[in-house]
Amino acid sequence: MNPAGDIAKQQAHLVVVATLLMLIIVVPVMVLIAVFAFKYRAGANARYEPEWHHSTQLELVIWSAPLLIIIALGSLTWVTTHLLDPFRPLDRIKEGQPVKAGTKPLEIEVVALDWKWLFIYPEQGVASINEVALPVDRPVHFSITASSVMNSFYIPAVAGQIYAMPGMTTQLNAVVNKAGSYNGFSANYSGAGFSHMHFTALGLAGGDFDKWVANAKSASDKLDAETYLKVEQPSGVEATDPVRHFANVQGGLFDRIVNLCVTPGKMCVNQMMALDAKGGVGKAGTFNMAQLTYDKDGRPKVTPIVPGKQAELDKAFVRALCDPAAKVAGPVLPAGQQSSTPEKAHAKQELSLLAPARSTHS
Amino acid sequence: MSSPATTPPSAGTPGDLTAAYYDLNEHAHPDGYSTGLGFWLYLMSDCLIFAMLFATFGVLGGNYAGGEGPKDLFNLKLVAVNTSMLLFSSITYGFAMISMQGRNKGATLGWLFITLLFGLAFLSIEMFEFHELIAEGNGPQRSAFLSSFFTLVGTHGLHVTFGSIWLVTLMVQVGRFGLTAANQRRLQCLSLFWHFLDVVWIGVFTFVYLMGTLR
Amino acid sequence: MLIEPSTHSHWTPLLGRLGLDALPTEPIVMITFVGVALGGIALVAALTYFKLWGYLWKEWFTSVDHKKIGVMYMVLGLVMFLRGFADALMIRSQQALAFNGSDGYLNSHHFDQVFTAHGVIMIFFVAMPFVTGLMNYVVPLQIGARDVSFPFLNNFSFWMTVGGAVLVMASLFIGEFARTGWLAYPPLSELAYSPDVGVDYYIWSLQVAGVGTTLSGVNLIATILKLRAPGMKLMRMPVFTWTALVTNILIVAVFPVLTVVLALLGLDRTIHTNFFTNDFGGSPMLYVNLIWIWGHPEVYILILPIFGVFSEITATFCGKRLFGYTSMVYATAVIGILSYLVWLHHFFTMGSGASVNSFFGITTMVISIPTGAKLFNWLFTMYRGRIRYDLPMMWTVAFMLTFTIGGMTGVMMAVPAADFVLHNSVFLIAHFHNVIIGGVVFGVFAAINYWWPKAFGFKLNVFWGKVQFWCWVVGFWLAFTPLYMLGLMGVTRRMRVFDASYDPLRVYYIVAMLGALLIAAGIGAMLLQFAISIWKREEYKDESGDPWHGRTLEWATSSPPPEYNFAFTPVIHDLDAWADMKKAGVPRPVSGFKDIHMPRSTWAGIVLAGMATLTGFALIWQVWWLAIVGLVSIIGTAIFHTFNYDRSYHIHAEHIAEVEAARTAQLAAVANKGAAA
Repeated sequence: MNPAGDIAKQQAHLVVVATLLMLIIVVPVMVLIAVFAFKYRAGANARYEPEWHHSTQLELVIWSAPLLIIIALGSLTWVTTHLLDPFRPLDRIKEGQPVKAGTKPLEIEVVALDWKWLFIYPEQGVASINEVALPVDRPVHFSITASSVMNSFYIPAVAGQIYAMPGMTTQLNAVVNKAGSYNGFSANYSGAGFSHMHFTALGLAGGDFDKWVANAKSASDKLDAETYLKVEQPSGVEATDPVRHFANVQGGLFDRIVNLCVTPGKMCVNQMMALDAKGGVGKAGTFNMAQLTYDKDGRPKVTPIVPGKQAELDKAFVRALCDPAAKVAGPVLPAGQQSSTPEKAHAKQELSLLAPARSTHS
Repeated sequence: MSSPATTPPSAGTPGDLTAAYYDLNEHAHPDGYSTGLGFWLYLMSDCLIFAMLFATFGVLGGNYAGGEGPKDLFNLKLVAVNTSMLLFSSITYGFAMISMQGRNKGATLGWLFITLLFGLAFLSIEMFEFHELIAEGNGPQRSAFLSSFFTLVGTHGLHVTFGSIWLVTLMVQVGRFGLTAANQRRLQCLSLFWHFLDVVWIGVFTFVYLMGTLR
Repeated sequence: MLIEPSTHSHWTPLLGRLGLDALPTEPIVMITFVGVALGGIALVAALTYFKLWGYLWKEWFTSVDHKKIGVMYMVLGLVMFLRGFADALMIRSQQALAFNGSDGYLNSHHFDQVFTAHGVIMIFFVAMPFVTGLMNYVVPLQIGARDVSFPFLNNFSFWMTVGGAVLVMASLFIGEFARTGWLAYPPLSELAYSPDVGVDYYIWSLQVAGVGTTLSGVNLIATILKLRAPGMKLMRMPVFTWTALVTNILIVAVFPVLTVVLALLGLDRTIHTNFFTNDFGGSPMLYVNLIWIWGHPEVYILILPIFGVFSEITATFCGKRLFGYTSMVYATAVIGILSYLVWLHHFFTMGSGASVNSFFGITTMVISIPTGAKLFNWLFTMYRGRIRYDLPMMWTVAFMLTFTIGGMTGVMMAVPAADFVLHNSVFLIAHFHNVIIGGVVFGVFAAINYWWPKAFGFKLNVFWGKVQFWCWVVGFWLAFTPLYMLGLMGVTRRMRVFDASYDPLRVYYIVAMLGALLIAAGIGAMLLQFAISIWKREEYKDESGDPWHGRTLEWATSSPPPEYNFAFTPVIHDLDAWADMKKAGVPRPVSGFKDIHMPRSTWAGIVLAGMATLTGFALIWQVWWLAIVGLVSIIGTAIFHTFNYDRSYHIHAEHIAEVEAARTAQLAAVANKGAAA
């Protein structure tokens, strides 16, 4: 509880207030327990009323005193839960300093990987592993996801945690008020390398943030789908992975990570859900297992991008059907994931004729 | 619950006190005294299993994973026939219970046998339906929708299977030992079970099949 | 359709996934394995040498007597408690060691199993058996019944619980246990990220034990509703029986949820369905919701009967009627209902939105109102009482003080915005150990000291009981205060090693380790207490049957009670029936005994549960033929068992007259001794 950010500060304050509120009733109760336990001990010969077992007034107090505390705490809960909701844009930088109208928060995309953190700065076009730079006194908006299992994104000094979950995005709005280096980590057990899943959050004042970006831009590595798939592989079991910077980030990468379709030839979750919302794609959809399989049969492996398979891929009618733009993006189906048997392939071709008709379901 | 007075006794001889505070003419609870309640409680826990499976289907039932939805998959006519099998079996079980009340062992066994046939017909049709789906590549592995569909309907089918095994067992027992009190109690429990499965199936038919295809 | 597991290279039809590589290779496990094997062989040899097998089989394993089953549950809980505590010591020592670049002595493969097993064992195979054992032993006596409603089912339930425990223990030596945390959240627990048998052990041990728990819940509800002595209206039931009733209703209402959620996870893992997968439309969040819909009421399943225990003890040792019986009953019922409406507070951080979070935060706080009312009721029972500080009452006062703090820290985390800071931190660990140790464990110790004389006819040694008490109370605070502080500093749970930035915090972990060692001393003192008491059982003998001046019916019969509990069923005129009878000076009936109808012992429970356990083992290792054989044998055996219509016998009046005459003589001797003193 050593906050360097406004949200963490308010949360710490809330913990203290809630505790004090409860102490109003807890302290008297504990004192009474001790007093009664001592006063009415057998040897003391204090007043003894073995048949006394009911008092309407006392019952009233017993039930209403906690009720009053809970009403107070409940109102506090309602208000703070809404004010400190991580999805809610900030309205102040710190006490007495509201966010100026029209301020756009810094966008950072966060991916929990096995077992390290990837941070993408879409506006700056840079990315980093196990290090996140936060400009002091500027609101930051994190979009958070994970590649494989549930993690929890937590920088105690800056703001409370929020889960990082594969296939979906959570959000966190926060601000850091003091320059410095803070500990960040996953707060939800995620497997063998969990203890090493630490990162550094840098609070950078003045021009330091721009310097950090410039430094990242000078890195030799670039983050495209292929690099990402390598980075995504498990590491960090023995020790925390070293900090790494990427000078350039392929556009839309985060969206594809969220939608589990970085690997070439995969159907994106949002495309799949759009199809489902239309009532499915009919018989045409029966055999597109390979495009959909992400990790149900095992951890996703690095799959090489096979050149020259573009045309093959375009026949994957389901993708074409739901997202014509995907052709342009051009992920390629690796050889091993072609539909397996001739029968199936045949069925696919035959059924694909039905597909357009089915797609009009609503 | 039982005969002795439950008001505090006024002073009397010690013997009176003893009689007031102890049930001196106690009759043991008859065999199966708690069975009805116990079986109900079990059925309620089973009901919760189905409730959870329905809830799961409610959450995942729209996730076709880019595959086929209920409109493409379900053959409503077949399911309607199947539903009638189960409904008829409930009626015939009812007749078996009426015969049992009339102490007519032969008729009871006969109706039970007819119930069993309906039950087996239901199971056969269900297995045929499952087989068709799986053969076309729409097994429980295909999508979350199909996973929850197969699990919900399959769990019901499994219950009918166990019910049928139980039914056969009871037929043998009634045949060998007659309509004894114990066997009547068992028939009553199975009756509850069988009708319970019928009720669950009505839920399945409505929520899974009808709402899936007609929506 | 048999599915070969795709992730395992060496699946064979005969042995499934079993192979030599399933045997332990880590030194710690091997040493444990050898130790346990030698100990097991020694035990079997001793039992054989002293020709105890027949006795155990006849008098205990096949017994349907609720008292014996209750005692067996307690023994199971105790044995598993030692295992669970060994895990706790390993966690504490690893975390105290793994600083300054040290990797500690446990690798992640081992450590992650240890903390998972610790949680699973302590909840399912320690706390549950303890609580079920107490209810089993005490409830029928308190309501003046001769046994439970379904005695055979009771035996079967117990052995199913044992079966689950056996599977967990087997995982130590054959294969591995889950490395997922005690609730096995997917996707981590899915095939992709936990391809080995660990999670399957988890699933099947809980499924096997869960059947037992659910059926035992059905059994005890039926018992309480149907077998109460004449005159015992619902509002005349002892508070412990009330809490048992609500608890068992909770069990029947939520264990099916656990059964379903684990079954679905099992399907995902064995036949590749898509309930909780990332792809194909599965939803891991559904699992998290479902498991906590079971998980939160489970907490109350553990604590409610313990509230009942403390209510009985407080009234007894204050020599006073319980203050506010009616509000106690309603508070219990309200807690039972509210426990269903709070599950989401276990994952505020999932991002459900402010309104949903607030709703669940506030319902959680509302539970503290009836809980607080209970605390006040105990408090005002002490008020103008005459408190005797025997061991059970010492535990009660320690509980009241400790639990209050635990309740407070719980409410702190019920404030969602505060929970964003405290969630998954060691603050949370400190909180739930505060309520589970300070509540359930203290309560079980209080109950053991309280009812031991009833079960065995002699009291427990006081000195070692006090040593145990102080070791535990001081040890608990020493072990968990540092965790509260660390949690507030933002240290998260389940950490195996600490990098350099944590160095200043090591001292907290060392203190916590010392606390754990003190608790270990407390456990040693308890075992010593049992041993010494058994050794000196003549000296500690209680022949009155009512050593604490009890108020409820279990104290109306001899210690230990005869197999039929009461020669004549008592008739109830007031709350605290036995206190009422003592006040009225009711003479014990000494003649006119009648035959008593009792259930027969049966082999079926242990045999069926054994088959179920074997089937579970086969399913874990995917030895399909064995699973099928097991399943068919279970069905076959169950059917065979139903052909046995002769399940009860009569205890003859002459035999009862003999037993009761001996009891009369015993009571007369006690009275003489009392008059002489």
